[in-house]
Amino acid sequence: MQQKIKYWKGLEELDNTPEFVKNSQSEFAEFLPVKDKNDSGPNSEVAPRRDFLKLLGFSMAAAALASCEAPVRKAIPYLNKPEEVDPGIPNWYASTYFVDGDYNSILVKTREGRPIKVEGNPLSSITRGGLSPRGQATVLSLYDTTRLKGPVSKKGNKQVEANWEQIDQEISTKLAQVNGKVVLVSTTIISPSTKSVIREFGAKYPSFEHVVYDPYSASALIKANGGAVPGYDFSKAKTIVSFGADFIGPWLNQVEFAKQYITNRKVTKDNPNMSRHYQFESTLSLTGANADIRVPIKPSEEGAAVAALYNRLAQGAGGQVLNTPAFAQSKQLDAAAQELLANRGASLVISGSNDLAVQTLVREINRLLGNEGTTINTAAPIYTKQGDDTQMLRFINEMNAGTVGAVIFYNANPVYNHPQADKVVSGLKKVGVKISLADRIDETAAFADYITPDHHHLESWNDFEPRRGFLSLSQPTISPLFKTRQAQDSLLVWSGSRTNYYDYIRNNWRTNYAKGGNFDAFWDKAVHDGVLEGVATAGQSAPAITAPMTMAAAAVAINQTARAGKGIELVVYQKSTIGSGIEANNPWLQELSDPISRATWDNYLALPVSLAKEMGIQQNDVIKVTTSNGKTIELPALIQPGQARNTVGIAVGYGRTHAGLVANNVGQNAYPLATVTANGILFQNGVKLEKTGAEKIIAQTQTHHTIMDRLVVQEASLADYQKNPKEVTEYIKISTPNGKQSPSKVSLWYDYEYKNHHWGMVIDLNSCIGCGSCVVGCAAENNTPIVGKQEVLNRREMFWLRIDRYYSSDTHKETSDKGVIETYHLMEEPSENPQVIFQPMLCQHCNHAPCETVCPVLATTHSSEGLNQMAYNRCVGTRYCANNCPYKVRRFNWFAYSDNEKFATQNFQMNTDLGRMVLNPDVTVRARGVIEKCSFCVQRIQLGKLEAKKAKRRPQDGEIVTACAQSCPTNAIVFGDMKDPNSQVSQILRREDGERAFHVLEELNVQPNVTYLTKIRNNNQTTKNA
Amino acid sequence: MQHVSPVREPLVTGGKTYHDITQDVCRQVEAKPNIRWAIALAVSLFFLGIFIYSVYRTLWFGIGEWGLNKTVNWAWDITNFVWWVGIGHAGTLISAILLLFRQKWRSSINRAAEAMTIFAVICAAMFPVLHMGRPWLAYWVLPLPNTFGSLWANFNSPLLWDVFAISTYFSVSLVFWYLGLIPDFATIRDRATGPIARRAYALLSFGWTGSAKHWSRYETVSLILAGVSTPLVLSVHTIVSMDFATSVIPGWHTTIFPPYFVAGAIFSGFAMVLTLMIITRDVFSLKDYITLEHIESMNKVIILTGSIVGVAYITEFFIAWYSGVEYEQYAFINRATGPYWWAYWSMMTCNVITPQLFWFRKIRRSVVATFIISIFVNIGMWFERFVIIVTSLHRDFLPSSWAMFSPTIIDVGIYVGTLGLFFTLFLLFAKYFPVINMFEVKTILKSSSGVQHSHTPETMHAHSPNNQAQHDK
Repeated sequence: MQQKIKYWKGLEELDNTPEFVKNSQSEFAEFLPVKDKNDSGPNSEVAPRRDFLKLLGFSMAAAALASCEAPVRKAIPYLNKPEEVDPGIPNWYASTYFVDGDYNSILVKTREGRPIKVEGNPLSSITRGGLSPRGQATVLSLYDTTRLKGPVSKKGNKQVEANWEQIDQEISTKLAQVNGKVVLVSTTIISPSTKSVIREFGAKYPSFEHVVYDPYSASALIKANGGAVPGYDFSKAKTIVSFGADFIGPWLNQVEFAKQYITNRKVTKDNPNMSRHYQFESTLSLTGANADIRVPIKPSEEGAAVAALYNRLAQGAGGQVLNTPAFAQSKQLDAAAQELLANRGASLVISGSNDLAVQTLVREINRLLGNEGTTINTAAPIYTKQGDDTQMLRFINEMNAGTVGAVIFYNANPVYNHPQADKVVSGLKKVGVKISLADRIDETAAFADYITPDHHHLESWNDFEPRRGFLSLSQPTISPLFKTRQAQDSLLVWSGSRTNYYDYIRNNWRTNYAKGGNFDAFWDKAVHDGVLEGVATAGQSAPAITAPMTMAAAAVAINQTARAGKGIELVVYQKSTIGSGIEANNPWLQELSDPISRATWDNYLALPVSLAKEMGIQQNDVIKVTTSNGKTIELPALIQPGQARNTVGIAVGYGRTHAGLVANNVGQNAYPLATVTANGILFQNGVKLEKTGAEKIIAQTQTHHTIMDRLVVQEASLADYQKNPKEVTEYIKISTPNGKQSPSKVSLWYDYEYKNHHWGMVIDLNSCIGCGSCVVGCAAENNTPIVGKQEVLNRREMFWLRIDRYYSSDTHKETSDKGVIETYHLMEEPSENPQVIFQPMLCQHCNHAPCETVCPVLATTHSSEGLNQMAYNRCVGTRYCANNCPYKVRRFNWFAYSDNEKFATQNFQMNTDLGRMVLNPDVTVRARGVIEKCSFCVQRIQLGKLEAKKAKRRPQDGEIVTACAQSCPTNAIVFGDMKDPNSQVSQILRREDGERAFHVLEELNVQPNVTYLTKIRNNNQTTKNA
Repeated sequence: MQHVSPVREPLVTGGKTYHDITQDVCRQVEAKPNIRWAIALAVSLFFLGIFIYSVYRTLWFGIGEWGLNKTVNWAWDITNFVWWVGIGHAGTLISAILLLFRQKWRSSINRAAEAMTIFAVICAAMFPVLHMGRPWLAYWVLPLPNTFGSLWANFNSPLLWDVFAISTYFSVSLVFWYLGLIPDFATIRDRATGPIARRAYALLSFGWTGSAKHWSRYETVSLILAGVSTPLVLSVHTIVSMDFATSVIPGWHTTIFPPYFVAGAIFSGFAMVLTLMIITRDVFSLKDYITLEHIESMNKVIILTGSIVGVAYITEFFIAWYSGVEYEQYAFINRATGPYWWAYWSMMTCNVITPQLFWFRKIRRSVVATFIISIFVNIGMWFERFVIIVTSLHRDFLPSSWAMFSPTIIDVGIYVGTLGLFFTLFLLFAKYFPVINMFEVKTILKSSSGVQHSHTPETMHAHSPNNQAQHDK
């Protein structure tokens, strides 16, 4: 037997005294100064109490000390530093955003390997550095906690996690044995390589169909124009007539059209001309708000209006006159017709209708005017919408008939966003194999047997062709966060291909687009630039068109709809913030207020004042809407100036049930309210309204809508501007002993001296279309928290930059014959069809800042470069500065928005590990109880100065740009150094001095560094300051 | 010898002797707690509990617990602050200015009025701290030398002036009040039977023996403190008004504010003194010391200051019209006819119309009417501050940011909670401290009591009949 070696812990153990043996049984072998109650020693009465108190005191102190210690979060440095990643230095990657028909060529800013901001790619001649609000927000969707972490398959009735090998095998087997047709349903795909992958995939099956639909479809527009959306070019149009097309909103290519639209609407003394824009529409849209002349019409009148315009033009230009009903508002239509005739070849007529008859007439109008080839680029049609309503409707019927064997949903969610969702659901039950490529278990994926989640587009390779001949690429900017797989790779795997999609795209480009030479160099340049333009491409396959509608048939159809138009009509529209609802789970988009109603976190029933008065409806009353086909919806009413009489509007994109915690049950789903006809979906319907007696308060960021005749925004007509540009802006003068002086001349203050830089901003109210891209850009750059509906209701939204929207009123102080009090009350009422003006409002960086003087602890100070600075660390939160700010641009952290359970859902960017990846590390996340506000993106200024310093030069104009100025699709915001005489800001200020340049609230003599330029409206009127 | 007008009513009634005074005042301190007092204390403690809970919510979760928003960044917090500071003013006015003007009627009410000042300032001081986003850093407003670098307080900020104004006011008032208490504490000490009371009051009385030297020093110091306090009556509320007057917000940016605020402060302070005194004289049977004469005198002050305040309200409107400034004009039209019209008209009714009833002698001398009107004035003055703060902020320059304010339960909790704090302190004071200044009342006994000593066998002294010159100075 092996001898056991004995080790002893100490001499005591070796000695093994009886005392030791006794103590060795207890936890602490040594003496502890506590005695048991039963211990009857000589001091047993005294010692235990004292010792107990001693120990108690010690343990309390220890516990208190331990609780003071902050939890340790480990920061792990790179062991082997990746070659391209330098801590603290961003990398930029060109890529493409194409979701929901919204195309933007983008640059993605990554820090330490994570995308934190998306900006417009200036190399793209389509979006030209602009970026839509949804494009701005997309980076947050990457970190959406709702995204699937890996593939999911159905076991019994439950969807459970699966692994890729197994799921691929199962899918391949099932698809091989499929009984019936294999259908891939998608929304519009503009990727030539993806389409090629789908073709290859489909070729394996005897019967395969690729069904394309768009939730908010432009099917009629496409069909009337030979299979693609015409290549509109608003920059060449002197007269624009739009029938319900929200073209600078979510209609087609928001940024591209906004850029074009504004090109010939920027007026200067040297070029005092601008296009005139007529808008005939029912619901006040972003485009309608920017129109020079807006005419509210009912949806059923649209056909008659287009036909009436056609007839007038046909009379003028020689064409066949149709027998169609008369149009009531003929005065504006006559004017529009005259101008169109005068600007043949330099005009554009468009319609947002999904009625084939209307679109056929519109096409003919543009032909009559000779716009094809000038304002319509026939060589470069637009591909961002390709959906075919009839194909989708046929597919739904086929599913119900049981002829579909397998269906794959790619970027498609018809259970949510198709008007016949109920039939989709019933049809899906008859389909054997249902696969979804969705990134989350959305409404449709909930019915799927397999969900093989796609990458987010920021994790993917892809190519795009938004217009014929204009290509762009997307590249991964982060390695996939989850065990997801790009949809195209999934299709390649299932079709048995061994190539991955990256090689597939390269091969495709090598074959089709490279013009010989070194392909790698060509490819690298294309990836670097993100875009490749001027390429001869085959174009995209067009939806099958049976036979174009004849003019006679169109006239008949229009006569029918006009007869049907009785009672209250509903328009189902898209908001430019949420769009069709695909990205509804993005809190930035939910909190970004609607540009017109300024409502957040909800959809609602937009109601004209006349109807509200007639039915006794107050704002926020819940109304039950019943459509002519028996569908109902209950929504709160919002009284919307500009809404056509006897019409109501409801936005789609809300009422999601499977989008994620942010969007679920926000608002109601309006898709079922659309009318389904044999030719497609009409986003309108006849409705009945009923009061339910309930109330649901709509969270608006602006609750007072008129300007109250204040000189806060200024506008003038183009006629006035052309007459004398020096008289379009009203400047406040103060009476002094030396006559009337500008307020800045009357000052008790010493002025600051700016030796080096003096940062300033010019905002052109004439260029601002109010889209809100700058607001999201600012939120992404500056880590502003999202607060959710309740806090927006409490008027505590945190965006640093807001867009004020004012409606004109019929009552004015000068012209009113009523008493003062009544006049003021009437001035609060917007006109029935108001003129709208947008004003981006941010910290004005006053040189005589009222906020700076009142802070008791000097937390807000003035920089030597003219910035009004905020030292968060020093702020004690008296909010005196916010009270004393005449522009009300200071924001207070009412709660802790980060690491706070209460805001974890809406503000996941500051409350989850995944969400926090989006935060800009250059900007502090503010603590509870401090004030924050626009900093003129001081982190960008500092970076620009440092870079210039390293290169031993001064920063050049355009190097330092704030996030808002950079985001603006219409370049309405210009930022720069006012000390540099050649900077764009200085040039504009010199040019517009005494003409359009004005400071808001100039009479307060706070001397802002933000200057606004008067809006010019081309509406033939000479009334000022509406 | 002082001349006493035969028409003037006596300030002490009921034929009190020096001993009676001591007895009447000390009775409350020495006796077992009065049941009405105990009930009142229980109610006050309940509201104090509400205060503690509301403060906990505010400190733990943030100012978001209140109803404030990005447009209205101050509402009930600063309304309460100004209201409480204003209430405090009567005490200082009574103890300092009326002392300098030798107004004898102040003697029996100054003690309680001063106590009210102290407690009101304590309540007021809660708000500037609580309304901060990060109250744990409140000490940053003090110009303390520090190691943070070149950080220093901003002497341009009226909030900083507030810090000095309120802290000076509080410390001077506290010293003045306490100084006056010392001789009376000594009286209680000398009468005390229990060992705890004797020790406690001995400690509180700082070894006062009542020697001539003590009295001489006492008189000197109290005159000096009266002199120091007098400008404070004007300065504190002037500075508080500058929080608003120096801003750019229409409705705040007004030069009339300093005198208007001071008048308003005295107005509300006297109303609160009346409210408290009418209860105290009833509960503690002190009707012979706080007489109808006192009530009438205070009502006269109320009618004067109330009229000043009324004139100020009208002047504001006139100036708004006369200025021709759009924003200014709208701010005032909005006050009277905008969404907060009810607050404005509550203020006008309570502050301008009700005090005018005091022109009638009958009403002026009616305890019930005075009590009701004093409550009205208290309410009206709260609304005045609410109107100034909230209706100016909620619709300022840019119509896009116009918003409404509505208080949360926590806002209400903190306000009624400070009332609980105030009454708890006041009730403790009323029980354990002499509510009436015994030795000062004794000084006026000869000249202003109803006792006609030279014609009647009655004397002011219970035991020593001929000692008239004792208190002549």
